[in-house]
Amino acid sequence: MIHVRLAAPGVDVEFRAASGITALFGAAGAGKTAILDAIAGFTKPQAGRIILDDQILFDAASGVNLPSRRRRCGYVARLWALFPHMTLRDNLLFPLAGLPRLERHRRVNEALERYALRDCATRRPQEAAPDEQLRAAVARALIGEPKLLLVDEPAAGLDLALRGEWHRVLRQARDDAKLPILLATRDLETCFELAGEMLLLGAGRILQTGPPRLVLDRPASVEAARLLGVRNLFQAEIAALDPGRNTSRLRLDQFELTGPYLPGRLRGDRVWLCVEPGHLRATAHDGSKPAANQVPACLERVSQLPRAVRLEFAGGIVAEVPRHEFERQKDNKDWLVEFPPDALRVL
Amino acid sequence: MPLDWSPLWLSLRYAAFATLLAAVPALPIAWLLARRRFPGCELVAAAANLFFYVPPAVVVYYLLAGAGVAGLRFQWDAAVAVSAVYTLPVLLYMMRGGMEAVDGQMANAARTLGAGEWRTFSRITLPLAWKALLDGVVVGFLRAFADFTLTMIAARRAGIGLLLPFAAFAAVDLARRLRRRQVAV
Repeated sequence: MIHVRLAAPGVDVEFRAASGITALFGAAGAGKTAILDAIAGFTKPQAGRIILDDQILFDAASGVNLPSRRRRCGYVARLWALFPHMTLRDNLLFPLAGLPRLERHRRVNEALERYALRDCATRRPQEAAPDEQLRAAVARALIGEPKLLLVDEPAAGLDLALRGEWHRVLRQARDDAKLPILLATRDLETCFELAGEMLLLGAGRILQTGPPRLVLDRPASVEAARLLGVRNLFQAEIAALDPGRNTSRLRLDQFELTGPYLPGRLRGDRVWLCVEPGHLRATAHDGSKPAANQVPACLERVSQLPRAVRLEFAGGIVAEVPRHEFERQKDNKDWLVEFPPDALRVL
Repeated sequence: MPLDWSPLWLSLRYAAFATLLAAVPALPIAWLLARRRFPGCELVAAAANLFFYVPPAVVVYYLLAGAGVAGLRFQWDAAVAVSAVYTLPVLLYMMRGGMEAVDGQMANAARTLGAGEWRTFSRITLPLAWKALLDGVVVGFLRAFADFTLTMIAARRAGIGLLLPFAAFAAVDLARRLRRRQVAV
């Protein structure tokens, strides 16, 4: 378990992370690397405290600041940072300098076996394949038996095959080592694939925490929703509240919607409304009167996604529909977009 | 006429000692400037770079004056010391550049793997920067070996013997005078 409370230029956060992968998710400059650097001891925060398994790594009040070499934090850098003048075997031997010779070789052989590096152990990093490099980087970070693993978004820029391998290796590390892993990433898919918990970072502050599914489904604020890439964000006024039917009436700029009842809100309150593009239903408008929560919309732009089609309508409405559904009605000019009441999220 | 090789050997010895003497402080100072931020860090770097913009005669004059103030008798060792101080900025400049070119993530990774500062320097920074460090030593050696102002003053004031650049100049000058005399006769 690690408990971090720190304040540094542009960063002010407090969080705990238990065994398993905790993703630090945020845009570039959100403070992910600054947090990892402070935990690893590369930078000294202005204030705060970092405790790892009852050991104080840093405490501004009492002046404790352990050097990196004594913090027992494994670190996987963005570009792996394998030492290019050493073979992969020597890279793995590097953290074990203080151990007896036999123990060193036992651990290295075990790591080479576990991470499938035996065939390339005598190669230098630049001579090894990219998947071997990433396995070696993780193996080296874990061979010294750290209490915490810090991973600084190395998946950025990896192709799809390598990304799959990277996820597999990190899952293996999580299951084998059973230690807290802090993973800085800008990739939402990586969060969903690997992380049990997610810290949503914006401008050096934690905006929201929780399991990735929950964070994405229920963004706590407009800022959080924007960071998560939620496309449909609308300002609305609560026009009516009906606790008997468990519904509410929401007035947007150009149309009105029926939503779920909003406990704790009053009529006339201004709220932010968000809807996942995949939850909207877009169909051809045959000229008939729109049903409840259906809005006539003019299609402005169509873009192809790997498994769907994104439709951008006037008024900032974005829907994603399956490709086959779009193909059936692609010549259509007028559309009806339906906002299912249970898909509406009020921030 | 037999060839006199002594200026060459003397110059090689003189430049080698001066480079070695300069390299000893240059290495840790370059590491400090490349890897650490401390009060006055930029001032040290600027002072070292200043040597590039001041004419060599002026630099050597003040170094000699400094040696005089320090009470050094201007002999072989003092001449080498002056040359080392004159060479130091070149070494510093090139060594610092070489160390800065080594990815800082390598050193950070080494630290998280349990390495102290000395081990990080000797096992990671030094092997990765050795080409740039060698370049610095070669350029520093050539500066000590071939700089005319420095070698002339060292040769004439310290009386350590003729160094190659000044010996070459003296030989050319003598030949020119002899030719003039023959023409006059």
